[in-house]
Amino acid sequence: MRAILTDSAYFGVVISLLAYYIGTVLKKKLKWALMNPLLISVILVIGALLLLGIDYEAYNASAKYITYFLTPATVCLAVPLYEQLTLLKKHFKAVMLGILSGVLASLGCILLLALLFHMDHAGYVTLLPKSITTAIGLGMSESMGGIPAITAAAIIITGILGNIIAEGFLKLLHVTEPVARGVAIGTASHAIGTSRAMELGEAEGAISSLSIAVAGLMTVVFVQLFGGLI
Amino acid sequence: MKHIFQLLIILLVSFLGELLAALIPIPVPGSIYGMLLMLLGLCTKIIPLESVRETAKFLVAVMPIMFIAPAVGLLDKWTQMRAMLVPLIVITVVSTFVVMGVSGLLTQAVIRHDGRAKK
Repeated sequence: MRAILTDSAYFGVVISLLAYYIGTVLKKKLKWALMNPLLISVILVIGALLLLGIDYEAYNASAKYITYFLTPATVCLAVPLYEQLTLLKKHFKAVMLGILSGVLASLGCILLLALLFHMDHAGYVTLLPKSITTAIGLGMSESMGGIPAITAAAIIITGILGNIIAEGFLKLLHVTEPVARGVAIGTASHAIGTSRAMELGEAEGAISSLSIAVAGLMTVVFVQLFGGLI
Repeated sequence: MKHIFQLLIILLVSFLGELLAALIPIPVPGSIYGMLLMLLGLCTKIIPLESVRETAKFLVAVMPIMFIAPAVGLLDKWTQMRAMLVPLIVITVVSTFVVMGVSGLLTQAVIRHDGRAKK
């Protein structure tokens, strides 16, 4: 029986989609901020795997077929961005300054907290790229002597957290300009946050997409400066 | 046929992005080059918007499900994460709020300042 689950090319895909579907239904029914479909689906899948005694490798052998589309989907973020190009041109300076402030705030905040926790160089550079997209972050962490597996964990936790808090936290701060919301979400929580920004509005999603790329590139530059500080 | 052609263009651009990532020796992934290539293609009209729009919108709309498997993968990293769990969680959570707040507030302030300056 278990072999059918672990060997099937569909089980991992089906359980992921089902969990996400349950997440969207719960969100509609309960309307709490914490009822985030992505968070719920991750918890449900982890619970199911533990319960059925299926290891991650067997699950991912099937679920990887969904992840396969991540690169093409990221490429496609250019389409809503292109449709909002006039908006970007109009607010170009604000967007660039906003992303720059976010990147510096991220690196500065991590430096400060790492000093507070008396972290060593490896621990510090492991967390330094945590706000940017996984593939850039992993390469950076590795080249500076960090632990890429933990960097990946920090990046995913950051993304899911950004996805959950985006709407409520920005409302709390009275950030209501769609362009500003897009910059905030994309700079703080890369593609996972951006998938939420897309649901908040076309402008939010488009600017958030751009912010992933620009924040990633700016981080590549500034990490050279920050990396040697601990 | 329409969707096949659209998917072909999207995957072709993804492939070109990967090619660039392999050729350029900085840690930027193919997906980011692909996004910039796609934007460039759309702006120059080499890729007409209608030749990718529908399939692109679909992929973007279902994007959240593509993060489920990587996130479930935290399960496998648990032993490694436990060694630095407290700083990992505190730094990750605090900095996410800080970055979102700082960049959002600053962007909005600049937009409103420029808006007022124009008037």
